[in-house]
Amino acid sequence: MIVANRKSLEEILNMLKPYKKVLLLGCNECVTVCAAGGEREVGVLASEIRLSRAKEGQEIEIKEQTLERQCDHEYIDQVRPFVEDYEVILSIACGAGIQYVAEKYRTKVVLPGVNTTFLGVTLEQGVWSERCQGCGECVLHMTGGVCPVARCAKSLLNGPCGGSSNGKCEVDKDLDCGWQLIIDRLKELNQLDRYEEIIPVKDWTTSRDGGPRKRMREDLRL
Amino acid sequence: MRLNYPTNVKIVKVPCTGRVDILLILHAFESGVDGVYLAGCLEGECHFLRGNLRAKKRVQYAKKLLDEVGLGGARLDMYNMSSAQGQRFAEVAREMTEKIRALGPSPVKNRGQGV
Repeated sequence: MIVANRKSLEEILNMLKPYKKVLLLGCNECVTVCAAGGEREVGVLASEIRLSRAKEGQEIEIKEQTLERQCDHEYIDQVRPFVEDYEVILSIACGAGIQYVAEKYRTKVVLPGVNTTFLGVTLEQGVWSERCQGCGECVLHMTGGVCPVARCAKSLLNGPCGGSSNGKCEVDKDLDCGWQLIIDRLKELNQLDRYEEIIPVKDWTTSRDGGPRKRMREDLRL
Repeated sequence: MRLNYPTNVKIVKVPCTGRVDILLILHAFESGVDGVYLAGCLEGECHFLRGNLRAKKRVQYAKKLLDEVGLGGARLDMYNMSSAQGQRFAEVAREMTEKIRALGPSPVKNRGQGV
């Protein structure tokens, strides 16, 4: 899922300074899984904002709404009936959702309540870890299912580098060396001969480096 | 046991402190209470195995939120006791009341809109 972190309360309160009527939008998908922007987090954030404002003797009206997703028209449209009643929209969906809401409600200021970070997985309840960088040219079949782009700090395609020590990366003692993981996995799969195959220079045009990307399926277009 | 404890303590019964959500605590403060405390089973003795441990974690987190908000995490606490310890229950009620009295009334009392 897309993993995000909620911005600090201080930062959010600063953004909300000029406003008295706020529409707080959460998302039921990725940010719910990583406990950053789901219905619960909407409730907690709204409560925190109300308490802070009350402490300063100021009022604030917050409408709490959690949409199924903020990356699809149909769900964002659900707030159309009452969006005009609010001065600003504070969204705690991922960056994609926040932008889409801004695109749909062009006369409304839309504020980001989270910092969107990476594509990742749940290691255990409360811990999420990066796995994919969306490079657009997957090599997982060559590396035993471990991504050298996302899990190697240097994104080396033929690692490890000299900084790999006892299976840990030189960047952080708690960070596993991506290439150690790859080699271990290839051993488990009896595919260690794949390690000897040099992965050629990556074509980064399929990644963000080639500009914002689009995907189309003509057969689905009406 | 007919023990006395301060009248300003309002009891909200839950089947287990594990039922207490962070939002319940925050909403309580929004409605104007000066302090909140959870009284859960002794650690290791939770009838539902780990409910009181979950509550402990949530209380720790909520204390941080209350600090950020400016109310102060000291207004929230968790105590552990057995349901057989009536004396301890009264003692805790007194202790918490004294603690909150020293902190003064909640700054959001009568200013917030409540929930």
